[in-house]
Amino acid sequence: MSAIERLPAEDIPDNGLLRFLTCGSVDDGKSTLIGRLLYDSKTILADTLHAIQRSSARRGLDIVDLSLLTDGLQAEREQGITIDVAYRYFTTGTRKYIIADAPGHEQYTRNMVTAASTADLAIILIDARKGVLTQTRRHSYVAHLLGIPHIVVAVNKMDLVDYAQETFDRIHDGYLEFASRLGITDVRFIPLSALHGDMIVERGDRLRWYEGPTLFEMLEAAPAIHSEHVEKFRFPVQYVCRPQDSANPELHDYRGFMGRVESGELHIGDRVTVLPSRLESRVRDIQVLGESLPRAVAEQSVSILLDDEIDISRGDMIVRSDELPQVSRNIDAMLCWLSESPLDPRRKYLLRHTTRDSKAMLAAIAFRVDINGMQQQPAERLVMNDIARVSFRLAQPIFADPYAESRGTGAFIIIDESTNNTVAAGMILGIASGDSG
Amino acid sequence: MSTAKLARVTLSHLDWLESEAIHIMREVAGQCSNPVLLFSGGKDSICMLRVAEKAFRPGRFPFPLLHIDTGHNYREVTDFRDRRAAELGERLIVRSVEDSMARGTVVLKSADEPRNKHQSVTLLEAIEEFGFDACIGGARRDEEKARAKERIFSFRDEFGQWDPKNQRPELWDLYNARSFKGENIRVFPISNWTEIDVWQYIEREKLALPAIYFAHRRPLVRRGGGLLPVTEVTPARPGEAVETLQVRFRTVGDITCTAPVESAATDVASIIAETAVTTITERGATRLDDQTSEASMEQRKKEGYF
Ligand SMILES: Nc1nc2c(ncn2[C@@H]2O[C@H](COP(=O)(O)OP(=O)(O)OP(=O)(O)O)[C@@H](O)[C@H]2O)c(=O)[nH]1
Ligand SMILES: [Mg+2]
Repeated sequence: MSAIERLPAEDIPDNGLLRFLTCGSVDDGKSTLIGRLLYDSKTILADTLHAIQRSSARRGLDIVDLSLLTDGLQAEREQGITIDVAYRYFTTGTRKYIIADAPGHEQYTRNMVTAASTADLAIILIDARKGVLTQTRRHSYVAHLLGIPHIVVAVNKMDLVDYAQETFDRIHDGYLEFASRLGITDVRFIPLSALHGDMIVERGDRLRWYEGPTLFEMLEAAPAIHSEHVEKFRFPVQYVCRPQDSANPELHDYRGFMGRVESGELHIGDRVTVLPSRLESRVRDIQVLGESLPRAVAEQSVSILLDDEIDISRGDMIVRSDELPQVSRNIDAMLCWLSESPLDPRRKYLLRHTTRDSKAMLAAIAFRVDINGMQQQPAERLVMNDIARVSFRLAQPIFADPYAESRGTGAFIIIDESTNNTVAAGMILGIASGDSG
Repeated sequence: MSTAKLARVTLSHLDWLESEAIHIMREVAGQCSNPVLLFSGGKDSICMLRVAEKAFRPGRFPFPLLHIDTGHNYREVTDFRDRRAAELGERLIVRSVEDSMARGTVVLKSADEPRNKHQSVTLLEAIEEFGFDACIGGARRDEEKARAKERIFSFRDEFGQWDPKNQRPELWDLYNARSFKGENIRVFPISNWTEIDVWQYIEREKLALPAIYFAHRRPLVRRGGGLLPVTEVTPARPGEAVETLQVRFRTVGDITCTAPVESAATDVASIIAETAVTTITERGATRLDDQTSEASMEQRKKEGYF
């Protein structure tokens, strides 16, 4: 574990926010687990509980079906499955959580990808009776590809295997073997019963052989940090503020470059370079609502004012002059294809990266990943739920970092302009330099 | 383990939520050609206006404000709405369900029925009238189980319908606000805020609120498990005992279906303390119209509701 975890608690007054998702195969108990977590942490309020009690009774169940807490759509309740992500919230004394309950069905993998893209931690559920299934592998792989730093494998339904340690150990060993082939290193295991509540908030007394922390304790201890890398300052410009208020001399020449810091830090006085123009300037001020901040940190939304009058618009990026990103029109990436209509190699798509859009064409599919054998296969085209290594050629250059170093400047989506749908999620592996366009 | 890793400053949860909301509003401004912000005078939309100030000042907001008025609003709230828009110097558009009734596009079953769901019609008419391509709303995912499922940028077809089984993937913070003419994107910058986050934000930013959010005495009757204010549009029924109680509203909406809760909280800090230990959700306590069926919110959203 990293040293951050060992920081004494008093150094972390507000532990901020942790986003996690539950994923894994169909019916492994993801929604039930979240219901249990909310129930046992006393987050469910009385009227919500009454409503799901009534609903459970109407469905002829003799116990409360906690999955109804997140399966909120009519179609989900009718079929007893999760179709799309549900977001739930809870707070402990030190931390606020945003939970995403992802669907297990293969058909809805794209919704799991949606949930995973913003998560800091993934709980991958495995049904103790069934062990590692194809969807377990697929979700593990997606979680890994999307760079979720912490993975917890929860072996659920231990009540149905008499809480047997052998079963847990067997699944543990099998998963580790598969995970190491993927390169997943930070993974922790826990046995539990979402239905009965063992090892979630309370330890229960049926899993005495397990000595690790409860699920709740793991969540409380997980550091909410995205990147293990030294972060470079990246500021995609979203919007330019030019009040052009001729009555107010102070605002007459005001130009604020508005955006959110994707990574790194910026201080007043720093030398910056603007891309794609490569013009340089110095940070005159960093502002929020008229107040001046000495610095801007990652995930903060601010306005940046520069010393020189430079033409900057949405889609440009401000970086520190000593930390330039790669600039290129050719990218290599891992791609999750999410659309029912297959990737058509002859078509042009729109590639959206930070605040920048560019037309893009597929240059090559290096391989498609076979989820079962984790093997690389040749492919001519990609269909829904395929994961592949591809390269794209772009009409405009982008300013990017490898996704492994920076989520914010390594991620992109593909939009099909004929439908306006988001059809793929991409993670940049590398970008060919020397072609700055 | 390098020290650079430890150097990363993480934002407090409230700062993070605020920053996310600012980012979302700026994406709307950057991607959409004719957006609008729905402002009701309620606490969630009051927070949104603060976020909009942080997102766009010293410039003007790149969108007007729009209120869909049911005609069943508390005066304190509509007065507040007008005052706030004037203070900010931003354009406020009001479109009224009663105009839709006059046009015949909203037909009531009974004169005093709740008009919440009829707002959809008036909203869609306003969208068409002005050609809005995006509507920024203050809905939160913690409010209701169907809302918990909705994207931050939520696509609506030309009939204003939400298709919960076929939502666009929404990855990282790369939002897709694209739509064709006649279609519409609903954007929810405070999706990830909870009721208590809203109150904490109001406290931190010292935001003014309509007076009915704070404990005050008012005449009420007990009906259908809730407390119903006695007003011009909601008189006591024969045989009902009118009581005067100290109450506050957790949410403000259509008078006929928004119930207050008993409370002694006269300032934001006391409201936060009460909210932290409440046993009833915001809607459970206050929205008499949501309790009619298990899926009433989902149904309304499919029909074009916020
Ligand atoms: N015996 C037992 N049953 C469980 C446990 N956890 C979940 N279940 C049951 O397994 C079934 C599926 O549970 P869900 O929580 O809906 O599963 P899910 O993983 O969310 O399913 P999808 O979201 O559709 O992929 C339900 O009948 C649950 O009651 C457990 O720990 N023990
Ligand atoms: Mg589920």
